[in-house]
Amino acid sequence: MSDTVIRVDRLSKLYRIGRPEDRYKTLRESIAAAMKAPFRRAAKLLRGHPYCAANVETIWALKNVTFEVKRGEVIGIIGRNGAGKTTLLKILSRITEPTEGYAEIRGRIGSLLEVGTGFHPELTGRENIYLNGAILGMKKEEIERKFDDIVAFAEVEKFIDTPVKHYSSGMYVRLAFAVAAHLEPEILMVDEVLAVGDAAFQKKCLGQMGEVARGGRTVLFVSHNMAAIESLCSRAILLKDGQLVENGLPEGVIQQYLVDLSRKQHVSLGNRMDRQGNGRLRLIGISLMDSTDKQYSTLATGQEVKIVIEYEGQDTDSLNNVSMAIGFYDIRGQFILYCENEMVGSRFRHIPSRGKMVCSIDRLPLSPGMYYLNLYCEVNDVLADWIQRAYEIAVVPGDFFGTGKLPPPRHGGLLAPHDWAVVCPRENGHEIHEKSGSDGEQ
Amino acid sequence: MPRVSNLTTQTTIIRPTEGWVSLKLHELWEYRELLYFLTWRDIKVRYKQTVLGAAWAIIQPFFTMVVFSLFFGKLAKIPSDGIPYPIFSYAALVPWTFFANGLTQSSNSLVGSAGLIKKVYFPRLVVPISSILSGVIDFVLAFIVLLGMMLFYGIVPTVAVVCLPLLLLLALVTSLGVGLWLSAMNVKFRDVRYVVPFLTQFWLFATPIAYPSSLLPEPWRTLYGLNPMTGVVEGFRWAMLGTTTTPSPILLVSAMAATALLISGAYYFRRMEKTFADVA
Repeated sequence: MSDTVIRVDRLSKLYRIGRPEDRYKTLRESIAAAMKAPFRRAAKLLRGHPYCAANVETIWALKNVTFEVKRGEVIGIIGRNGAGKTTLLKILSRITEPTEGYAEIRGRIGSLLEVGTGFHPELTGRENIYLNGAILGMKKEEIERKFDDIVAFAEVEKFIDTPVKHYSSGMYVRLAFAVAAHLEPEILMVDEVLAVGDAAFQKKCLGQMGEVARGGRTVLFVSHNMAAIESLCSRAILLKDGQLVENGLPEGVIQQYLVDLSRKQHVSLGNRMDRQGNGRLRLIGISLMDSTDKQYSTLATGQEVKIVIEYEGQDTDSLNNVSMAIGFYDIRGQFILYCENEMVGSRFRHIPSRGKMVCSIDRLPLSPGMYYLNLYCEVNDVLADWIQRAYEIAVVPGDFFGTGKLPPPRHGGLLAPHDWAVVCPRENGHEIHEKSGSDGEQ
Repeated sequence: MPRVSNLTTQTTIIRPTEGWVSLKLHELWEYRELLYFLTWRDIKVRYKQTVLGAAWAIIQPFFTMVVFSLFFGKLAKIPSDGIPYPIFSYAALVPWTFFANGLTQSSNSLVGSAGLIKKVYFPRLVVPISSILSGVIDFVLAFIVLLGMMLFYGIVPTVAVVCLPLLLLLALVTSLGVGLWLSAMNVKFRDVRYVVPFLTQFWLFATPIAYPSSLLPEPWRTLYGLNPMTGVVEGFRWAMLGTTTTPSPILLVSAMAATALLISGAYYFRRMEKTFADVA
C-alpha cells in the first residue's frame, strides 16, 4: 500500500463571473433565453460562426493543479488573494466540484474553512457545541467525550448555558475555534481561520495546530502567516493565478512568494472592487518613490520614501476637509505603523478634484519583511474610500542608523533612533562612562 | 491528543460529475446525526424566537377551521359527509398545515443555509429533509387538539387509525418531493420565493379540505388522487372520523403520485447539487 493519502491530478475549476446582479437569474429571463437560444445558434451557424456558448465571462480559479501528499505531511498553501487557495480546499473538501481533473483522498476528511459555521445566536454555548460539532462531522458520542475539553479550551465555563448572542466577540470566536480544534480527522484542511481572536488566543490556536501536525495527521493549511507556515509545515505549495508554481521546502517557496509579491504589480487601485466608502473621492493609484522621483517596489530600512497616492473626485468640484491615512500591517496582520495627515498637522482643507497626495517618510522605520498598506480617506468626516491591502511592499535590510550595520530580520517591527550609555554613580552626580549612539554621525 | 488510527478504509474520489447522478442514500444515512441536530435546531430556534411559541402550531389550523366553518359550512352549506363541519375541516387542516409549512420551509431551506453550504460538505439533501421533519412537532400539537375536538363531538376513531403514521408519511413524502424541486430551483431562480405562497394557496383549494371529494363522481374521484394531498386528507377523515367511504383507490393513486414526485425531486436535486455552493 502506498503512503500517498492525497493525489491531485490536473484539477481545474472554471467560474463564471459577471456583475453581482447577474448571479441569479429570474425564471422569465431564463425561459426567454432558452426560447431564443436555438434561433440564435441557428443564426450563428448560418452566418458561419462556430457554435459556442454565450459570451459569459469566465475565469479559471484553478488550472491543472497536480500534486501528491504523503501520510503525516503538513502542507502549507500560499499565494496572494485570489490565487485559488480557498478554491482548492473547497474542491478537496467536496464543497464544490472541479470542472476538470481528478483527486483521490484516502481517509476521513475534516475541513475548516471558517470558524463557527452554523453557530446560531439564539442557542446556548452548549447547544452550539453539539450543533457545530455535528456540522463539522463529529459523532454525538465523540462530542460528549470531548465536551469538557472544548469548554475548557474556550475558557467559557461560566457562560456555557448562555445564548451565544450575549457573548463578546472574543468569547464567540474562542468557542467556535475550540470545537474545530477538537476535530480529529485523518486529513485536516484549514483555511485562513487563525487570523481571528486576540494575540494570546491566536498563539494557543497555533500551538494546537502544531500538536495536530505532530500527532501524525496529514494537514493542508492555507495561510498568509509566513511565520506559521515556516514553523508548522514540512512542505509548501505556491499558487499563482490558479496554477501551482512552486512545490517544495517551506523556506524556498516562501522566498519565491515574497520575491513574486514585490515584483508583480497588483490590480491597479482604481479597478479594485473590494472597497468601502461613498466614492466622493477615490484612490486610483499608489507608488513608492525617493526624493529623486525614482520608483521603487522594494524598499530598504532607513531609506527616504515618498508614498504617492493618486486620487480623483467624483466630479470636478474641488474637495474640502480631506483626511488621509495609511496603515502598515505585517504579514501576520499586526498593525505596525500609522501615518495620518491630521495627526502631524491638519487635514487638506481645499484640494483640486484630481491630484496626488504624498506622504514623505525621512527614514523608513520598518524592519526587514513584508508589509501591506491599508488606505483610508475621509471627506468632510464621511468615509470616502477605504481599501484594505491596497499595496504590498517588501522591505530589505538597510542602513537605518547610518552605522553600516544592518538590522537583523524578524527582530521587532519598528526601528527608532536611539542612544546607549553606561553611567556610573559618583559622589557629585553621574558621569557618563561610555557612549554609543547614532547622533554623533548624523 | 489521541492517536490517529492506522486503518484508512475510506477513499474519496473527486471528479466532475455529469448528467444524472446517484442519490447516495448510504451517505445520507451516515449523516443521520447531522439531520437530527439540524431538525432539533430548527425546532428550538423557532420556539425561542416567537412570543406565542408552540401556540402557533395550533392557531394556524384552528382559526382556518373557524373561518371555513363560518363561510363554507354555515353560509355555503357545503356537505361534510355527515360529520359536523368544524371537525370535518379541522381533520383535513391538520395534515394540510403540516404539508404546507413543510413545503414553504423546505423551498427556502437551501437559500437559508447558504452559509453552511459554502463552508462545509455534507449531503445537501439533509437541509430540506430536516426543515420538513421539524414540522412534525407542530403536527403533533395540532393533532392533540383534533383529539380534543373528537372528544367534544363524541366521535370515536375507527380501527383504521393504525394507518395514521402511513398517512403522515404520505404527507411528508409529498411535501419533500415538491420541496426538493422548489428548493433546488430556488438557488438559481429566486422567483420560487414568490411562487410558493401562491402555490400553497392554490393547492389548498385543489385539495378536498373545505369540501368532500365525494362531490365528484367516479372515475374522477379516483383520478383526484393524483393530487397526493387528496389521499392524505381523505385518509385522515376515514381513519379518524370514520367517513363511510373507504378511500383505498384514491390512496393508491396518491401514494404513486407522491412517490413519483419524491423520486423525480430527489434526482433533480442531486443533479443541481453541484452548483449550490457556487451560486447560493
